[in-house]
Amino acid sequence: MSPRWWLADSWTMTRRELARWARHPWGAVISLAFPVMMLVMFAFFIGGGMQVAGGGDYKEFLVPGMLVLTMAFGLEGTMTAIAQDLGKGVIDRFRSMPMAPSAVLVGRGVADMLESIVSLAIMIGAGLAIGWRWHGSPASAFAAIGLLLLLRFAMLWCGIWLGLIVGRPDLVMAVQILVWPVAFSSSAFASPETMPGWLGTVADWNPMTATATAVRDLFGNPGVAGTSWAAEHAHLLAVLWPLVLLAIAFPMAAARFRGLSR
Amino acid sequence: MLAIVAEGLRKTYGTKKALDGLNMTVPSGTVHAVLGPNGAGKTTFVRTLATLLRVEEGRARVAGIDVAERPAEVRRRIGLLGQSAAVDEDLSGRQNLELFGRLYHLGARRAAARAAELLERFGLSDTGRKPVQAYSGGMRRRLDLAASLIIEPQILFLDEPTTGLDPRGRTEVWNAVRSLVGGGTTVLLTTQYLEEADQLADRISVIDHGRVIADGTADELKGKVGGDRIDVVVHEAGLLPAAAAVLAAVPGAGAVELDEDRRSISAPVADRMDALNHLVRALHEAGIEAEDLAVRRPTLDEVFMQLTGEHR
Ligand SMILES: Nc1ncnc2c1ncn2[C@@H]1O[C@H](COP(=O)(O)OP(=O)(O)OP(=O)(O)O)[C@@H](O)[C@H]1O
Ligand SMILES: [Mg+2]
Repeated sequence: MSPRWWLADSWTMTRRELARWARHPWGAVISLAFPVMMLVMFAFFIGGGMQVAGGGDYKEFLVPGMLVLTMAFGLEGTMTAIAQDLGKGVIDRFRSMPMAPSAVLVGRGVADMLESIVSLAIMIGAGLAIGWRWHGSPASAFAAIGLLLLLRFAMLWCGIWLGLIVGRPDLVMAVQILVWPVAFSSSAFASPETMPGWLGTVADWNPMTATATAVRDLFGNPGVAGTSWAAEHAHLLAVLWPLVLLAIAFPMAAARFRGLSR
Repeated sequence: MLAIVAEGLRKTYGTKKALDGLNMTVPSGTVHAVLGPNGAGKTTFVRTLATLLRVEEGRARVAGIDVAERPAEVRRRIGLLGQSAAVDEDLSGRQNLELFGRLYHLGARRAAARAAELLERFGLSDTGRKPVQAYSGGMRRRLDLAASLIIEPQILFLDEPTTGLDPRGRTEVWNAVRSLVGGGTTVLLTTQYLEEADQLADRISVIDHGRVIADGTADELKGKVGGDRIDVVVHEAGLLPAAAAVLAAVPGAGAVELDEDRRSISAPVADRMDALNHLVRALHEAGIEAEDLAVRRPTLDEVFMQLTGEHR
């Protein structure tokens, strides 16, 4: 398979997803509206009673957390789409055609990353609308966005891997439920310092916490005053965690995809 | 020229033998049906030939090319209709076909032209922008079939093309398959219905537990399993023995089976019209009034009963 066809096939597969959004603009709007709604709920209904460790405005603390959450929850969408294609035999058909097989996954990846960039932009807009600001330099703001997309990229491959494992859309529900405890045992909504001992430790080491803390720091937002080793090395962990997840999920997903013929 | 050659194919899932030394040859330009019950290994066989499953043991050649050695070349010559409809529900029929056309590297213009041509041929050109979701089962299956024909494959695999369709959808798909034959395409189709194999195929292989248990033309096979059957339903169970005697005396009738609960008897017959004529007259002469009389193809259960002597 020549590189030219590989590129062409990957782009065709990406366009398949774009065509799907174009046909279902409301579906896209609803999936984008969900994190915005969460943001508003936490900021106005729950936020009044929330303390940020080390002081500071809860909204300023919350928005970076919600950005991380949006990236992490991208896993569900990726996983559902892969499981659906696999369950319905669409992937079988692609594999029986003289196209580059990996284009199936590359197309999915490119489309999901594009979607994540759009939802990130919308969430940042929503954050600005409720009074969140960044205080750092443009360079550090870009670095923050880079870290968020790196996390999404790791979640992309986790989602592909899990989707190939479950292979049936009905099992995706189970994972959707499991995502929530992971999200709540991170610093997305609350500082680990305010959680009971062991939960605080779990939250400290949660990959989502690392990205959230690093992003808060880069945006100049409050909530980065933690004293644990993990909190003090959040930037390092925010790079390391996604790379570790990728180092596991990417080869596993690739092996699983090749192993479909077993 | 042989389009498909399978020699001693084996495939196991854990301890389950999905293919157990399966042999089959299909000449070019013919329609070959693989008839078997649930779990017989039909899908496993088709997926192996379509390069989706690694050959564990044995050899398979499609269009003269070894499936394990040169899968990419096999893929350029085949079309696959999987057991479930592999089209994108959110997109329109045209969008689906254009997508597949581009993935076959036809280029945008030729992909669009081919999509239009296929929609026309399968009676789907007036579906416009309607997403596949809104299609009937028969329409969806026809679109699926169209998608497997983008490159006019030399060999087409159809895995249970009509399972789950209503009679109308089934007829639509049958007509679509018939329109392919004559164009020189070799078709290998799997089915659970003897009638479907009979309607569409030149030759039939009956498979069970991953191996071929009988094969031949539809007529040869029907010879083996006793061909058509006649069912007679009577008013009361007390009449069954008398009616059974009458049916047994019909020329060309085989062993009569009794079903007390349904007040019916059933037997294979050699010549359906001749047997029906005889039977109506003989029942009348014996003074037995039948509530219902039907001539039908044997069910897959009955075929297996005849071929293997065991109930499934
Ligand atoms: N991925 C798999 N893992 C484990 N067992 C499998 C797998 N695929 C098939 N089998 C088993 O192999 C056997 C043959 O399956 P196959 O799907 O080929 O049958 P089939 O004739 O297509 O049946 P159906 O009419 O239900 O489609 C079955 O017993 C099935 O349970
Ligand atoms: Mg099957």
